[in-house]
Amino acid sequence: MDSTRQFADTRPQTTTGNGPDQSLPLSPGPVGFRRSLVLWGLSCRAFWLSLWLFFVYLTLSGPLGVKLMPNAVSRVRRLADRQRALAKEYSGIEIPAPYKDVPDQDRGKALRAQLLAKDNQVYRDWRWATIDPIAGGAISFGPLLLVLSGLWGLTTAVFGAQLSQDWDSIWYLFIPVDGWGTAILAGVLGLVQFPLAFFWAGPRAVNQHSRYLRAMLSPGEGELLAPRIEHLTTTRSDAVDTQMAEIRRIERDLHDGAQARLVAMGMTLDAAEHLLESNPEAVRALLVEARQSSNKALEELRDLVRGIHPPVLADRGLGDAVRSLAMISPLKTDVQVDLPARPEPPVESAAYFAVSEILTNAAKHSGAERCWVDVRHDAGMLRITITDNGRGGADINAGTGLRGIERRLATFDGVLAVSSPLNGPTMVTMELPCVLSSPKTTSC
Amino acid sequence: MRVVLAEDHFLLRDGLTRLLQAFGHEVVAAVDNGPELLRSLTEQEPDVAIVDVRLPPGFSDEGLRAAVEARTRVPNLPILLLSQYVEPLYAHELLSTGSEGVGYVLKERVSNGAEFISTIQRVANGGTAMDPEVISKLLTGKKRDEPMSTLTDREREVLECLAQGRSNAGIAEALFISEKAVAKHISNIFPKLGLPQSDTDNRRVLAVLAYLDADGV
Repeated sequence: MDSTRQFADTRPQTTTGNGPDQSLPLSPGPVGFRRSLVLWGLSCRAFWLSLWLFFVYLTLSGPLGVKLMPNAVSRVRRLADRQRALAKEYSGIEIPAPYKDVPDQDRGKALRAQLLAKDNQVYRDWRWATIDPIAGGAISFGPLLLVLSGLWGLTTAVFGAQLSQDWDSIWYLFIPVDGWGTAILAGVLGLVQFPLAFFWAGPRAVNQHSRYLRAMLSPGEGELLAPRIEHLTTTRSDAVDTQMAEIRRIERDLHDGAQARLVAMGMTLDAAEHLLESNPEAVRALLVEARQSSNKALEELRDLVRGIHPPVLADRGLGDAVRSLAMISPLKTDVQVDLPARPEPPVESAAYFAVSEILTNAAKHSGAERCWVDVRHDAGMLRITITDNGRGGADINAGTGLRGIERRLATFDGVLAVSSPLNGPTMVTMELPCVLSSPKTTSC
Repeated sequence: MRVVLAEDHFLLRDGLTRLLQAFGHEVVAAVDNGPELLRSLTEQEPDVAIVDVRLPPGFSDEGLRAAVEARTRVPNLPILLLSQYVEPLYAHELLSTGSEGVGYVLKERVSNGAEFISTIQRVANGGTAMDPEVISKLLTGKKRDEPMSTLTDREREVLECLAQGRSNAGIAEALFISEKAVAKHISNIFPKLGLPQSDTDNRRVLAVLAYLDADGV
C-alpha cells in the first residue's frame, strides 16, 4: 500500500491579503471595464439572493428556517467563492475563507448557530450578501454609469435642441441645454466619458471592488491565528509528554542500571573486606567482580548519555553524527550531507534522533540491504530523505514508531512524509524549518 | 620511552604521569589544551603520545584533530587516544592517517595499570590498540555482510580480539582457550573474509581493521 501523509501545515501564510496595501496591478483598459460588468452582474445576483436570505432569516427561529438554512448557506458560499476567485484573478488579492466543519446531522441547526455566533465565515458571508447589492453594486456600476451618461450626452447633442423646446428645459450634467451650442457641448462632454469609463474607471473600479470584498469577507487576525494556536497547544502538550517520558526513562535506566550495579559493587567490596584476613583468594575473585561491575556501570552510563545527547552530535554536528549512525547500522548505508553550517541545537537533536529511529526501523522491519540518507538545507528548510530497498509497506498509521517521530518533529513545525508501496522502496522524507548558525563548537 | 601527555583533568593527568614514571617512562610534556598539544607533538616528536579526545578550548574533539594533524606532519607518530566515549567515526578518521602506531581506547581502561602500560607499549612499537567497544560497534555495522555471517560465534570472538590488536597469546588468555586453538580459528577466519594471511601479528591486525573499516562511511 502507498501511504503518503503530510502533517497539517498550520504555519501562518504570508499572503493572507491582510498585509499593507501594495499597489495592485490594474487590469488593461477594456478588460477592466468588462470585468466591472461581470462584478456588477454578480451584485445583481446578490440582490435576489439577499431577498431570499431576508426571508430565511425571518423564519430562522422556526423549523422552516432551519430546513432552508443549509441550502441558503451553500448558495451564499458559492457566490462568495466566485467573488473571492475573481478578486484573486483580477487584482491578485487573496482572501482567506476559513469555513468551520459542519456535522452532517443537524446541519441546519449547526449553521444557524454559526451564523448567530458572528465571529465566523458564515456570518461574514451573509452580512456581505446583504450589503453587496448596494455597496458592491455601486462600485462596479461606476464605469457602466459613465458609459450610460456618455450615451445620454450624445443623445442630447442630437436631439437636445428639439427636446429642450418640447420639455421646457433639460439639463445634461451641469449644462442647461437650451440650444445647439449647449447641445454640442453636452455631446462633447458625453464623448469624453467613454475613454474615461474604459481606460480609467473600469480598472480602478475592479480593484476598488476587490478591496471592498476583502474588507467585508476577510477574517480577523485572531480567527486566522486560531488554528495556529491550536497546533501550538497540541504540539506543546506533546513536547511536554515526550520530555516527561524521556525523564522517566532516564530515571528508570539509572535506577535499574548504574545505580543497581554500584550497590552490588558496594556489597561485593564489603564482602571482600570481611574476607580479607581469612580468605585472600576469595577476595581476589570478589575484586575482579567489583571491577567488572564498575566497567559495566560505566558502559551503561555511556549508553545513557548517548541516548540523551550523543557526543559526536555535540562535537561535529548533524552531518558527522548521521555518518556515525550509518557506520554502526547493520544496513549498508550511504550518506550525502550538504549543510553549509549547523542548524540550531534542538533542531539538530530532533533530526538526529528521527534519523536514528528510522534507520533502526529500516534495519529491523524492511528486509532491506541498502539504505541512502540525504541531508540538505535549502530555502530555510532542513530536508532529510531516507530511502531503503526493502519490501515496503510501511504505514504511518500502523504502530507508534513513525507517528511518534512525526509528533516530535511537529514541535519544530516539521513534517514527515512516508512513501512505501508494496515491494518497496520505502522513502521517508522529513522537513524542518530552521536557520543555520555559523559553524561553531559547543562548550560546556 | 619519551611520552607526551594531553589531558585537561588535573587529577588524571597527574595520575597518568605518576603511572608512566613508575614504569620507567619519561613524560616530556604534559599539556591541557589542543594548540599546545599540537606544538609539543611536532616539536618533541615523542615515542608515543597519550591524548584525550575532548580538550580545551572547545571541549569537542580538539585532541583528535591535533592528533590527525600531527600525524600528517610527522607520519606514523604513535598516538594513543583516550576518551570517555568511543566513536567509530573517530576511529575511522584516526585509522585513515595510517593504521600503524595508533590506539583508541576508553579512559576507564587506565584503571588497569599494567594492561594500560602494555597497550601504550604496543602503540609505541607501531602496533594498534582498539577498544573492544569500537570493534564491537564496527562489527554490528558489518553484521549483514555475506562473509561475516559465515563466521561461527567463536570465530567472531577471536576476530573481535584480533581487531583490538591482541597477539595470539593475548587472545588465548582473553578467551580462555589454547594458543593452538587461536591459530586454528584465525586460519579459518582469514579465507572466509578473503583476507591475505600474514606472518606478523601487526599485519594481521591491520588487515582485519581495514576490512572492518572499509566503506564505513
